[in-house]
Amino acid sequence: MLLKLSLSSLYARLVTVGMTVIAISFSLMLYMSVEKLRTSAYTSFTDTISQTDLIIGARASSVQLMLYSVFRIGNATNNITWESYLDVVNKEEVDWAVPISLGDSHKGFRVMGTNKDFFTRYKYRGGQSINIDKGYLFEDLYDVVLGAGVAEKLGYDIDTPLIVAHGLQSFSEHDDQPFRVSGILEKTGTPVDNTVIVSLAAIEAIHVDWSTGAKIPGQETPIEEIRKMDLTPKNITAALIGVKSKLTIFNLQRWINEYPEEAMTAILPGAALQELWRVVGVVENLLLGISIVVIFTTLIGMTAIMFSSLSERRREMAIWRAMGASPRTVVGLLMLEAIFISVLSILLSVILLFFSLSILQPWIDYNYGILVNVEMLSLRDMYVFMTFIFASILVSLLPAIRAYWFSINDGMTIKI
Amino acid sequence: MDENIIKIDSVRFHWSKKSSFKIFVPNFEINKGEKVLLLGESGSGKTTLLSLICGFLNPLSGSISINGSTINKLSSKTKDEHRVDNIGIIFQQFNLLPYANVIDNIVLPLYFSKVRSANVTNQRESALNLCKQLRLPDDIDQYKASSLSVGQQQRVAVARALIGNPSLVIADEPTSSLDTDAQQIFLDLMFEQISNNKSTLLMVSHDRSLAERFDRLIDINEVLTRED
Repeated sequence: MLLKLSLSSLYARLVTVGMTVIAISFSLMLYMSVEKLRTSAYTSFTDTISQTDLIIGARASSVQLMLYSVFRIGNATNNITWESYLDVVNKEEVDWAVPISLGDSHKGFRVMGTNKDFFTRYKYRGGQSINIDKGYLFEDLYDVVLGAGVAEKLGYDIDTPLIVAHGLQSFSEHDDQPFRVSGILEKTGTPVDNTVIVSLAAIEAIHVDWSTGAKIPGQETPIEEIRKMDLTPKNITAALIGVKSKLTIFNLQRWINEYPEEAMTAILPGAALQELWRVVGVVENLLLGISIVVIFTTLIGMTAIMFSSLSERRREMAIWRAMGASPRTVVGLLMLEAIFISVLSILLSVILLFFSLSILQPWIDYNYGILVNVEMLSLRDMYVFMTFIFASILVSLLPAIRAYWFSINDGMTIKI
Repeated sequence: MDENIIKIDSVRFHWSKKSSFKIFVPNFEINKGEKVLLLGESGSGKTTLLSLICGFLNPLSGSISINGSTINKLSSKTKDEHRVDNIGIIFQQFNLLPYANVIDNIVLPLYFSKVRSANVTNQRESALNLCKQLRLPDDIDQYKASSLSVGQQQRVAVARALIGNPSLVIADEPTSSLDTDAQQIFLDLMFEQISNNKSTLLMVSHDRSLAERFDRLIDINEVLTRED
């Protein structure tokens, strides 16, 4: 009977209670969205590259090597020679290797020289491959393949001609050797989207008439002649390595790090990504902070609403008391109400979250490269919900204690 | 057998140490079956006295005995039980839980009182029966309390106060929100039911014209002295 009357009481205050539930569920939804984004951002970040066992480059810190080879941020301090690369590739442990050559750019987008293996070996999000959306991979020396972001932002399509600029912020362009778009990749949400990909030979080709970063005056080799030249690279910037057996990774890594001919570094991408996340992960802590503040505000809001409804309900509580309810029962009724409101809010927030996520997921993925998981609630979410219910019981104690005080002292005097 | 249903002896009460409102009740007794009208102006301490009798408030000293039990010696829980077992209360106005239906309002005390619920074999039937005797419409059980007129609400409040035959009914100015005609009808019905139940009635009012219906008329100033 108490439960029935308690529910009728809530129903009678449908508008106030409804608004409270909506307010709380929106706050909870905000909290869960922030949490989802936070964890999804982490997963998407650490999934930028997967199934690559080692990344090698010139001697540098693991974060720096990771930044320029995968995220194309910053510059390599040095290159590694093609001979050293071949020495690594020829190691028994190595299953496959993809060389990468960086240094040039096109309208602010990095140009990366590699071979066709890159498209089959580079994996992200736990093993997803890069797919071609339009056209084909480079066939001709002057073919380029564009990341989805480059094509979209520059408005390029198949057959669009383009000129590669020397360096990153240089006014000197390789305008004597124009390229042509042969293929456009599907959106991946990784730095590949913002990369202009050419063959390693093409990188060599555009630098035929260049020496130590500058064009040799008066020298202009005709394209036909370049096409006939041996365009095997002399240097590369980095390489992605896959091993035959995971057990040999550390041995190979040590071998590369101790390679006597040249100072090289081999890093484990997973570990480097974790390390890098710790640097950029400040944002994560910020988001977590926001989440906690949101929950806190919600609880305070709920208490405020309960307090304000309390004065309206003094008469009701006096009736309860007169009918034999103990002050404890009155307190219990208020706490029951708090539990009911929080459980209802949690349910509504979960519905709202899944509804909005299922609508927004493709959009977030497309625009921000973050794949938000729309899956069942995690154990952590359940834990948060239980804590929220417990906290709402705790905060409802404040108005409940006031109600207790009212019900003890009002007696029959209240005449509202 | 104790003939007094209410017996107050040397009771002193004030709200707080700072409050100037202090009362002293040297001696106040009501016999079983009596219908007593307690007269007094507003602010004279009538409701405080009722709160003391119901056990909502605790006296600083003295004793209050209801139906043979000294309630100010009881634990808070026992006191709540004792109140609902022995006393039916009718407030001045806004007597009912507005969101509950009429029957739920009437049977509410039975939920808290084993004694009163033992006196009722079928709660719903008893409630409906009381409604009928109080001339409430036949389909009254279809209504929520909030949809009733003030007069009807007060009659439902009487039904609630009487269900399970409590020995004492306390009414705090129950007619003040009714017009004169409605007052008379309400009082007729209330008296009829209280007589049927053989309950004692202590009603508080400032309206002296109601006196003729009661066995005894007491002025609040004769009961308590203010110690301001």
